[in-house]
Amino acid sequence: MESYVSHRDRLWLYIFVGLVIFYLVVPMLIVIPVSFSSTTAMTFPPRGWSLRWYEAFFGEQKWIGSLWVSLRVATLTMVVTTLAGVAASYALHQSSFRLSETIRATLISPLAVPSILIGVGIFFVYARIGGLLNTTAGLVLGHSVVALPFVMLTMSAGFSSFDMSQEMVARSLGANRFKAFLTVTLPQVKLSVATSMLLSFLVSFDELIISLMVASGPMSTLSRVTFATLRDDVDPTLAAVSTLMLIFTSVPPLLLHLYASRVRARSGRNAG
Amino acid sequence: MADVTSFPAPGPIGQAEFEANRRALERDRRAETRMRINLTLPALLVVFVLMVCPILWLLSLSVVGGDGGLSLENYALFFSEQVYVEMFLKTFMIAFVVTIICVLLGYPVAYLLAILPPSWSGVLMLAVLVPFWTSGLVRTFSWLIILQRNGIVNKSLVWLGVIDKPIPLVHNMTGTVIGMVHIMVPFLILPLYASMKAIDGNLMRAGANLGSSPTHAFFRIFLPLSMPGLVAGMIMVFVMCLGFYITPAILGGGKIKMIAQRIEESISLYPTWGPAAALAVLLLLMTAVCLFISLKLVRWLAAGR
Repeated sequence: MESYVSHRDRLWLYIFVGLVIFYLVVPMLIVIPVSFSSTTAMTFPPRGWSLRWYEAFFGEQKWIGSLWVSLRVATLTMVVTTLAGVAASYALHQSSFRLSETIRATLISPLAVPSILIGVGIFFVYARIGGLLNTTAGLVLGHSVVALPFVMLTMSAGFSSFDMSQEMVARSLGANRFKAFLTVTLPQVKLSVATSMLLSFLVSFDELIISLMVASGPMSTLSRVTFATLRDDVDPTLAAVSTLMLIFTSVPPLLLHLYASRVRARSGRNAG
Repeated sequence: MADVTSFPAPGPIGQAEFEANRRALERDRRAETRMRINLTLPALLVVFVLMVCPILWLLSLSVVGGDGGLSLENYALFFSEQVYVEMFLKTFMIAFVVTIICVLLGYPVAYLLAILPPSWSGVLMLAVLVPFWTSGLVRTFSWLIILQRNGIVNKSLVWLGVIDKPIPLVHNMTGTVIGMVHIMVPFLILPLYASMKAIDGNLMRAGANLGSSPTHAFFRIFLPLSMPGLVAGMIMVFVMCLGFYITPAILGGGKIKMIAQRIEESISLYPTWGPAAALAVLLLLMTAVCLFISLKLVRWLAAGR
């Protein structure tokens, strides 16, 4: 929507929004310079520069062990939720059976439930049935339920422009259902699948509350160790961890976002 | 999928063949539905086993008293003990304040996003999305550094002569609100932007054409049309604030106790799970009520024109 108000009349709006963006973006970048500080005081600007906090991170079992736990859990969560989510959203696309809307709402509902509730609930259930507290499987299952809605939303958007009759054509030409899905449908939604995988990985990697409830000790995730350090004894290794997490959690989505907008722009030009 | 059962009337083929065809198509349709339901089963299983069942379990635990019998004593706790009453009031107050600040900061951003040409709004959108993607723990930690006693904000304020000596900005309400707003603003901007994007710009131009000032046109045309998105975003932020854990736990420094912290504490505090479960159920109820109101309000606002 273009506007008829001149830029000068709207200067105050630009300034105000600029300040809000400053508030949103700049503060979180402060962990980067602080992580290269040479002193234990976490001040900005740092008094000297060093890599000692990165050495501390990579040298300590507490951090490295939890990093591996997080990477393992996030990878498995990604596999579970992407498979289950793609199958479910494919099944719900252009379907009109009675339960389809209820099923869709159920699969997205974990997004609306506070994660502390899911965390406590899962903790009580795991504690009662036993065998899942402090295990990779327990963490993966817990993270899957919070990651699933993101996959559902992404895939529903991805399928929304896909016409199922294309698959019907492939099947009428002799492909079986699975082959038709793999060769006709999947290539057209592959960007959404990639987004789903990335999102579910990151949701799991970032997840704190369920991790806090169901796993401790050597099965602590990186987010749990970070949180505990942050709450109990703040040390500058946190700045190094935060910088790594900052890069790790914002750069891949950024690249995917930029790539997706380029693809969209290109297909828009072709269509027009 | 196209509805294949609504076939044209029997033409050259006889009634019997038509009936057979119809039955076959009906069978095919049922097989298709069955296959589709089967494909949703793994995802449904995850949600049922890990969310629905645990919540039902919480519900049942919450109505079991200390003696193991059925009772409402866990809920009575909230009304009899002053700490709980204060905790609820504080949670609501923080959620309310954060929501209002988010509206004040987020509305102009969403507005600018909606009126800028695509190339510029794309850049602005990234400035909203990158913090949105970044780990909440990282952002909370950043605020801890910035707002600490000898942090950059305090130093700047002293240097500027606004204050004589550093003021406590963190481990209190101020820090909690600053950190929570930072995390919540994108959740307000995104739905609001989506609803503003759908507003027809010609309406504003028509208003101007008919002699309305830009300000007048904004308040009479744009603001009412953006209300559904605004309300949806506000309720989303409010609900998320009610159950928020990380930021109050860190930036509140143990002094700000909201529902989520209290639930976590109750598990270790009480020998039975009843009180924690009752708190969790109460949080769920409040969330459900807010979402229900939101749904009704948005529909009403959208239909009211």
